[in-house]
Amino acid sequence: MAEAVESPGDPGTATPRPLFAGLSDISISQDIPVEGEITIPMRSRIREFDSSTLNESVQNTIMRDLKAVGKKFMHVLYPRKSNTLLRDWDLWGPLILCVTLALMLQRGSVDSEKDGGPQFAEVFVIVWFGAVTITLNSKLLGGNISFFQSLCVLGYCILPLTVAMLVCRLVLLAEPGPINFMVRLFVVIVMFAWSIVASTAFLADSQPPNRKALAVYPVFLFYFVISWMILTFTPQ
Amino acid sequence: MATPAAPAGGARNGAGPEWGGFEENIQGGGSAVIDMENMDDTSGSSFEDMGELHQRLREEEVDADAAAAEEEDGEFLGMKGFKGQLSRQVADQMWQAGKRQASRAFSLYANIDILRPYFDVEPAQVRSRLLESMIPIKMVNFPQKIAGELYGPLMLVFTLVAILLHGMKTSDTIIREGTLMGTAIGTCFGYWLGVSSFIYFLAYLCNAQITMLQMLALLGYGLFGHCIVLFITYNIHLHALFYLFWLLVGGLSTLRMVAVLVSRTVGPTQRLLLCGTLATLHMLFLLYLHFAYHKVVEGILDTLEGPNIPPMQRVPRDIPAVFPAARLPTAALNATAKAVAVTLQSH
Repeated sequence: MAEAVESPGDPGTATPRPLFAGLSDISISQDIPVEGEITIPMRSRIREFDSSTLNESVQNTIMRDLKAVGKKFMHVLYPRKSNTLLRDWDLWGPLILCVTLALMLQRGSVDSEKDGGPQFAEVFVIVWFGAVTITLNSKLLGGNISFFQSLCVLGYCILPLTVAMLVCRLVLLAEPGPINFMVRLFVVIVMFAWSIVASTAFLADSQPPNRKALAVYPVFLFYFVISWMILTFTPQ
Repeated sequence: MATPAAPAGGARNGAGPEWGGFEENIQGGGSAVIDMENMDDTSGSSFEDMGELHQRLREEEVDADAAAAEEEDGEFLGMKGFKGQLSRQVADQMWQAGKRQASRAFSLYANIDILRPYFDVEPAQVRSRLLESMIPIKMVNFPQKIAGELYGPLMLVFTLVAILLHGMKTSDTIIREGTLMGTAIGTCFGYWLGVSSFIYFLAYLCNAQITMLQMLALLGYGLFGHCIVLFITYNIHLHALFYLFWLLVGGLSTLRMVAVLVSRTVGPTQRLLLCGTLATLHMLFLLYLHFAYHKVVEGILDTLEGPNIPPMQRVPRDIPAVFPAARLPTAALNATAKAVAVTLQSH
């Protein structure tokens, strides 16, 4: 049974009623429960994926994944505040980029007693362990981003540096010299800044507002190390 | 409210009735429940949480199906079916219990919340601690407070690694950047962790009041001076400048660490031992970092003439090609080992 409760702010019925005066007549009845369980809607889409994508052709699967990766590349190249990278994270893009970068950096070592193998492993390890460290750091600082989402963002934001690597390879085909070095330095610096801006655009929202600098600094160091690897690369 | 699947430091030892209650909750409610306690480090929409809930619901459905199937079996087979059903249920429950215990243990040990209190800092605090690490304190009669945080020291170690790598500027010659990077990371982390542990051990012997975390933090912040000195002297190659900075900046940060340790130790012999060791190691490390990566460069430039090398860039060359006698047999050459070999050779 509903009971009418008079709020203390009720001006009374004699005077003209102000705009929201009627709200004070609303009360909570005894039989409406005011406690309960918070439920979240289950994403049953996951299960649908399992059964429905198993029967499609391989080409469909690959094209769909490639399109998703390509879409995310576009988001990195034109960074806006969006959570496409965060919502549907995947690690294909970072893997492709990391392998490309490691392969291109590998061919620099033509030492006869080293076959260039360790360099691939070094780049790979540095990229992935660097990304893991940054993710752990941002989680420990109180960010509410998931582990794989952060890996996804950091991996995708290596794209500008991979482009820088390609440009450097092309520039290195020309005459060596200080101008060569200056051009490469300029390209790498621009791409480095682009990577940082892109990753900050995606990651900044997940941190508490007064600690953004603490979370962005390791990202800066990480991309600095990768830029250094790219800049000091010289094929012979 | 349900018992959280990932205990956040609570003393839940997986007692039987607790699990029973947990199961009842899930099966009775028929809906997913979020424990608000558990929300602090992952958002509700994170993939792992979804995966965990999904798995829990799947298990619950499998349990319900299995229970339904067993009931039918039991009715059909009579007495024998009942015994089979009982043993199957027991086995099933044991399996579920074991699986839950394993996943709980995993989430307990893989829980990074253990480290969370050490990263609870504000940028202003980090900045003030960085500046304070260069200011030696005068009051040594009274134990000085050391901030026990790990963010600042960790970032300083990484910065030192980056500065070391930056010190290897490039030109057209071959650089073994992979090995150098491994060396740089190994050196910096090895110094931070190794010397901290060693000084902590000495502090234990000398009855100093300092914990391992505080020692790590103290030494980590002491690396700030090293970062500054190396950053400047890798860009301006003057020996006199380096020695000046070594004494001044390195000395200041060492004095600060020494003063803090002295304030926490009693007895002149102990103080001397502890602080002498720390001061020696700290100053020698800076010397080593500068010369291991710089002297090599100078030695090579003196003996080689490189038309390809632009005048403003210095290069660590591929050592074995230049000093055949210093060639080490193993393929995994350490750049610093080469540096030591070169320095020994040239003197």
